Amino acid sequence: MSDLKKSWTLHLSIIALLFGLQFFLPAYHHGNLARIMVLTCYAMGYNILFGYTGLLSLGHALFFAAGMYGLSLSIQHLGWMAGPAMLAGLLAGFVMALVIGLLLLRTAGVAFMIVTLMFAQAGFLTVLYFGELTRGDEGFVIQQELRSIAGIDLSDPTSRYFAALLLMAVCIVITLHVVQTGFGRVLVAIRENDERTRMLGYDIQRHKLAAILLSGTMSAAAGAAYGLLFGYAGATFASVQYSIFPLLWVLLGGAGTVLGPLIGTLFMFYLIDLSSNLTTAYMLIAGLVLLALTLFAPQGLVGEIRRRGLRWLP
Amino acid sequence: MELGPYLILGLLEGLVTAAVLSLMAVGLSLVFGVMRVVNVAHGEFFMVGAVLAWWIAGAVDGHPALGFVAALLLAPPLTAGLAMMADQLVLKRINYDPERTIVATIGLLYIIQQITLMTYGPEARPVEAPFNHRLSIPFFEWTDGGLTLSWPWGLGTTSYKLAVIGAAVILLTAIWLLMTRTRYGLLMRATQLDSETAQAFAIPVGRVYASVFGLGAGLAALGGVLIVPIQQAHYLMGHDPLLLSFIVVIIGGLGSLPGTVVAALLIGISDGMISVFFSPTLAKIIATLAVAFVLVFRPQGLFGKRTL
Repeated sequence: MSDLKKSWTLHLSIIALLFGLQFFLPAYHHGNLARIMVLTCYAMGYNILFGYTGLLSLGHALFFAAGMYGLSLSIQHLGWMAGPAMLAGLLAGFVMALVIGLLLLRTAGVAFMIVTLMFAQAGFLTVLYFGELTRGDEGFVIQQELRSIAGIDLSDPTSRYFAALLLMAVCIVITLHVVQTGFGRVLVAIRENDERTRMLGYDIQRHKLAAILLSGTMSAAAGAAYGLLFGYAGATFASVQYSIFPLLWVLLGGAGTVLGPLIGTLFMFYLIDLSSNLTTAYMLIAGLVLLALTLFAPQGLVGEIRRRGLRWLP
Repeated sequence: MELGPYLILGLLEGLVTAAVLSLMAVGLSLVFGVMRVVNVAHGEFFMVGAVLAWWIAGAVDGHPALGFVAALLLAPPLTAGLAMMADQLVLKRINYDPERTIVATIGLLYIIQQITLMTYGPEARPVEAPFNHRLSIPFFEWTDGGLTLSWPWGLGTTSYKLAVIGAAVILLTAIWLLMTRTRYGLLMRATQLDSETAQAFAIPVGRVYASVFGLGAGLAALGGVLIVPIQQAHYLMGHDPLLLSFIVVIIGGLGSLPGTVVAALLIGISDGMISVFFSPTLAKIIATLAVAFVLVFRPQGLFGKRTL
């Protein structure tokens, strides 16, 4: 089998496995997995920028929240149906990524990180400032009867699971396609050495902008889906914490691997879930894991697997 | 009362903010300037300073001033020791790689915050100020009856707040002397300019790094100790000052000490003023966006010379 075939087979069988799992999982883990799959889309969006293009953003919550509030505000205040509202969320993320992206192109390195952090913080404060619309920290619940597309009630656990799986499958296919085509290769080349890539004649600014747009829109899709599937929007999702999470998940799973975000999110979610049975100190565990990762497995779980054998993993 | 009194009040509150902020930001700026490390855990060192101050002050009997002085003398070195340990255990071993240090300091932030929560608890606790006289500010005003003097009513501040401003001035002068007049400052500046060449000239770069990281954390802790009598110690108190000192350091130009102090004054006073007249949230949105745009269009900051 060629490497290309191997990787498509692997990824499609993982999607099939998750499809099959839904019939066996107990309700608790069933619900967890739906949540994890939505968050994985967020991490996958983050991974395109951080893992493949090498741009460390500390403000991705801005895009997640753009999607979430694009959806929830248009349902809540404009009375839109869930379908168009979902598109509104995607559009909000895309426009945000375009505006911020054009500004970000002027920065590099540490400045890039701090500027993304600052814009996200401004976004978070804006959500708090317009508390009458967004209800700030407290957030608001999206009514159950408003959460259906084409007659499918997305608050029902089974359809919620399928919706999350569908979204994640789309994200996996997009990422796989991107990284196997010329565009993705150029992104990796920019990550490895942007000067050399420019000298080879590639327009690195245009490629970076495209990566930001794809990454921001994917994160916004995750944010919108989170709002729709779990029926809640609040300022926490725009806070610094939610900018750090995808970084953590991606690093844990393996930056620059297609499956890394899924493995990382799954691992971290259950690490916190299981450890919070023993202790409430999940932040301590998250912190220790972060330190351990930077010290011992800079390539993440899937990254280590790739390094030690499966060289063909995309 | 008219506009004037509010201006003076805003100015005084702003100066107190600027005093604490400049200590913290100078620490952040030193660490970045010399080590090229963006220390996301800097706000936690500020918090640790405040929390330790509460502990130490509580352990000392007698007049509140005794406890406060003990805290002032003990909390910053203890925090500096903690930071140096983190430097040796973590930062040194990842070779101060810029991206990995950010992740590692985020990890440190979580750990310090959670440990504080588990040991100190979620409550906000005050430390009694060593002295706290109410002072009245004489204020002249044009009214229908001509020039009147409103004193001793109306405007007031406390002697402690003025002392905080004074302490910051003294400490910042000391740091400036340390940087420009001592052998240690020379070593620091040499390391900052070119750490490899410094190493080649037998400067113990590793030890300089550890001590600078400790010094930076100690300055943040000092700010924390000075603020507890005004603001109380709380395990989440590091968050806002961290963002503000990022703002200050960037506007002032990374690694430029005079720029940092000027920017701290600018941000502290405008924060005080805008918060008095408008909403504090709006003030923060404007300040944050301003910084983002400074970095986008002038990455070296207002006073900086070097590009990032």
